Amino acid sequence: MPQSIPEPEFDELYREIILDHYRNPRHREPLADPDVVAEGYNPLCGDEVEMGLTFENSRIKGLSCHGRGCSISQASGSMLTEAVIGKSVEEARRLIDLFTKMVTDPEEEPPAELGDLEALQGVAKFPVRVKCATLAWHTLGDGLNQREAGGHVAHHEE
Amino acid sequence: MNADTLDVERIRADFPILRREGHGRPLVYLDNAATSQKPEVVIDALVEYYTTYNANIHRGIHALAEEATARYEETRQKVADFIGAPGPECIVFTRNTTESINLVANAWGRKNLGPGDEIVLSVMEHHSNLVPWQFIARATGARLRHVDIDGEGRLLWDDVERLIGERTKLVAITQMSNVLGTINPVRQIADLAHQRGALVLVDAAQSVPHLPVDVQDLDCDFLAFSAHKMLGPTGVGVLYARRELLEAMDPFLGGGEMIRRVRLEEATWNDVPWKFEAGTPNIAGVCAFSAALGYLQELGMEQVRAHDLYLAREALRRLSQISGVTVYGPKDPEARGGVVAFNVEDIHPHDVGTVLDGHGVAIRAGHHCCQPLMGRLDVVATARASFYVYNTVEELDALVEGIEAAKRLFRAPVHTRT
Repeated sequence: MPQSIPEPEFDELYREIILDHYRNPRHREPLADPDVVAEGYNPLCGDEVEMGLTFENSRIKGLSCHGRGCSISQASGSMLTEAVIGKSVEEARRLIDLFTKMVTDPEEEPPAELGDLEALQGVAKFPVRVKCATLAWHTLGDGLNQREAGGHVAHHEE
Repeated sequence: MNADTLDVERIRADFPILRREGHGRPLVYLDNAATSQKPEVVIDALVEYYTTYNANIHRGIHALAEEATARYEETRQKVADFIGAPGPECIVFTRNTTESINLVANAWGRKNLGPGDEIVLSVMEHHSNLVPWQFIARATGARLRHVDIDGEGRLLWDDVERLIGERTKLVAITQMSNVLGTINPVRQIADLAHQRGALVLVDAAQSVPHLPVDVQDLDCDFLAFSAHKMLGPTGVGVLYARRELLEAMDPFLGGGEMIRRVRLEEATWNDVPWKFEAGTPNIAGVCAFSAALGYLQELGMEQVRAHDLYLAREALRRLSQISGVTVYGPKDPEARGGVVAFNVEDIHPHDVGTVLDGHGVAIRAGHHCCQPLMGRLDVVATARASFYVYNTVEELDALVEGIEAAKRLFRAPVHTRT
């Protein structure tokens, strides 16, 4: 490989904040007594996430997320916890919609309320990685549905 | 063997796609186990068919149809010669290896399998040599048995001996694993199977493109492979079967060409192999496959094998020197083909694949259509580099450089990055 070719840049996909969340995932420790457990799995690439949720009235009080998989899937789960803890169920559902829209449509300008999650926008240009980014979010959505249905455990397959 | 056996520089000039770049860098194509690139002669042969003798085969009473039929049937003879088959009547054209195996599962399996019968497979099989047998087992009541592997990804011979028994009707096994690279002792397995009254199907999707293969030496009953992994077009597969088996089997698909006489309520079948070729086949693809076979014959399959071995040896040596890299499959390069599956500690293979892609290096990352094998190896997925006649050791250096770059990107402590 000739020396003149510079090291390729991965800024679009692997933004620093994503790598940071991948290396140091937040809220990874499973909750002691979750109201709902939501497990997500992508059989195609083997990505796994497991979430624990506690609620106070209609608000998400506690949320843990851990799993194994690629940097995008794990960073997305970690960033999700920071974005969603303390939000109402309704707000969380809105974030799920906005996030899904952002990573599936490269033309979509990310709305300000997504905050740091905007860093995952680059995924939209890598179609094979979209499901990595959405796994945790869709798993959360199933967990919220499960709670509404009065259940305790949700299984999501991406 | 420490030297290359092929004039790779000259070979590379025959592959137009190798002149393109990947993300601004020279393309390093190391995904040959998925599909190979095509030399100019094959691309030209496709164009030649459509520009000079495009016609449907076997039926037309005109010059174009006669020429197309002749070229199509010449390829059948060429395929027979390439794998040492006794005659062209043993060669059925399909769409791919998967369809060839499904053909046997349906046309042979439904007629010959019943409750209590056993089909012996292995845990290293590709989904295409697992799922068709699951269908047939469910339909006939037959039972599936799976030969396990040892720590280096070689078949456990004790399992082979133990599982192939009086109830075994068929042993369906890959000759070369598309993940581990393991080359299986198909001849010994066939000898054992035949002693115990079972037939043998060889999944040769990886082996026929990379090894000298002679079906009579292997003494197999069925053998399946695809043109697109051996420099040929997509959409052309081959099923080899012993003639008497083909004759005794019922047709797989019904339609034009496979019949002799059709009445409203019933029909009789054409002779083999046409009995198994319903409808208009991939005529262009089959005719162009002839050029691919000619290209490989000119290189010589012994030389192709030696070149793969050379690259496998060099790849194993290089990868084993990178800290944190785990290589799967046999440690002895002689025991494997030019396929090297690996993982980099703490980095998911999809991330490895994305970083390598940024370096212009195309590899495969995922389960390689071998989910049971991934479970057996206790991994969710692996990265995989696979080689062919146009690959060089310099490209292995690019692979190594890309892996090191992935390690830098994902492992660098946060505070040292700007």
